[in-house]
Amino acid sequence: MAEFRMPSLGSDMEAGTLLEWRVKPGDRVRRRDVIAVVETEKAAIEIEVYADGIVERLLVQPGEKVPVGTVMAIIRTEAEPDTPRPTASEPVSPPAPAKAATPEPMEIQFPAADRRIKASPYARRLAAHRGIDLGAVQGTGPGGAISAADIQRAVPSAPAEEKSRPVPAGDKPAEGPHSAMRRAIAAAMARSKREIPHAYFQTRIDMQRTLDWLAAENLKRPIQNRILPVVPLIRAVSLALEEVPELNGFWVEGRHRIAEAIHIGFVINLRQGGLIAPALLNTAQKGVDELMAGLRDLITRARSGGLRSSEMTEATITITNLGERGVETVFGIIYPPQVALVGFGKITDQPWCENGMLGIRPILTATLSADHRAVDGHRCALFLDALNRRLQEPSTL
Amino acid sequence: MNIDEIKPVIFGILRGIAPESDPSTLDPDENIRQALDIDSFDALNFFVRINDTFGISVPESDYGQLNTMSEILGYLSNRME
Repeated sequence: MAEFRMPSLGSDMEAGTLLEWRVKPGDRVRRRDVIAVVETEKAAIEIEVYADGIVERLLVQPGEKVPVGTVMAIIRTEAEPDTPRPTASEPVSPPAPAKAATPEPMEIQFPAADRRIKASPYARRLAAHRGIDLGAVQGTGPGGAISAADIQRAVPSAPAEEKSRPVPAGDKPAEGPHSAMRRAIAAAMARSKREIPHAYFQTRIDMQRTLDWLAAENLKRPIQNRILPVVPLIRAVSLALEEVPELNGFWVEGRHRIAEAIHIGFVINLRQGGLIAPALLNTAQKGVDELMAGLRDLITRARSGGLRSSEMTEATITITNLGERGVETVFGIIYPPQVALVGFGKITDQPWCENGMLGIRPILTATLSADHRAVDGHRCALFLDALNRRLQEPSTL
Repeated sequence: MNIDEIKPVIFGILRGIAPESDPSTLDPDENIRQALDIDSFDALNFFVRINDTFGISVPESDYGQLNTMSEILGYLSNRME
């Protein structure tokens, strides 16, 4: 018998609500089949089963909220007879991926209580930046909508404070599930910084060849199949990891474990604020077109619901790409228990020397945050070198 | 199609990409990527929808000419002529 338990989909998850069963007693299931949908504080996640077998019993009803680790169903595994032995049978498969090796996906969301107020998105951001309460602003736009100009005229309701600062005594602390999530994220990040001796590495990469290659490739493709610039970066990371596999894995129970497959966690911004880092599974085997299709699918599902439990728990390394918003360099905090995080900034035209000639090239700053318990600087340097080399030979991507 | 007919279609596409937004409050010269927090994935989806809706394939080299509502409307009405 295998017990199917409420999985932990992140350090910020204590319990989950079963939304629906996708199976009924008697159904045959195979490893990685989605058998249930569970609601967490972040999203509805499709939960996969980790054993082949037949559904014997469902123990939790849709709508029930149960703690992580609660047995939700019994799966009769293939090798077993119809009637289980009463005591001696040992769980054949691990009870859902809730073990030490479970990475901790993180999501940051901010309360959106003012969502129904009519205001342009830019006005919203301006208001948030200046600490202005949208509810207190008189809109002068169409239908009373608040425009950026209205915000500029408004007086801040309170001095703008960084969100991470402690709330001064007397101020009302933030309420609701978001503050719980904030605390959980704080705990995970603090744990990462407390436990992981981060070492940081940076290199600048001439992206001319990759961008030229990409432009030529995209000219050949119908618009739906165009490849985004981040895709060759993901591909190059995947290929560089084959040369330096130590960076692809976990630090668990005082030991470094190198993962066999490469599952790249990719940080995705969610609308309304918030981010999530689900994994592109088995990237080693995928070329740029497959990676683009995978990324499109992953971003779409991250933003609309429908991520699967394996994507939430199996990332072996993470990429954060902050180039979209003009950040040049990002030194990220590693997602425990992973041992490395790769950061990409914005590609900008810069003076560049090559073969004694000065020219202007599109330059990308790539960084690596690595767990120094698991890897040394030399190997990290080799990784960044391999990454650069791959991006100088885009036809090999 | 004239500009008045194209406009609501563009608003519809933008609302599909940024559901929490109200594109009709956009200033004609406001940078849409900035105002609606459009990333490169959203931008690609926007151009795919433009292609599906108007049959106009915007080459990558033209992306930089389409930053505001007035630029988008001008570009599309030119391409339709």
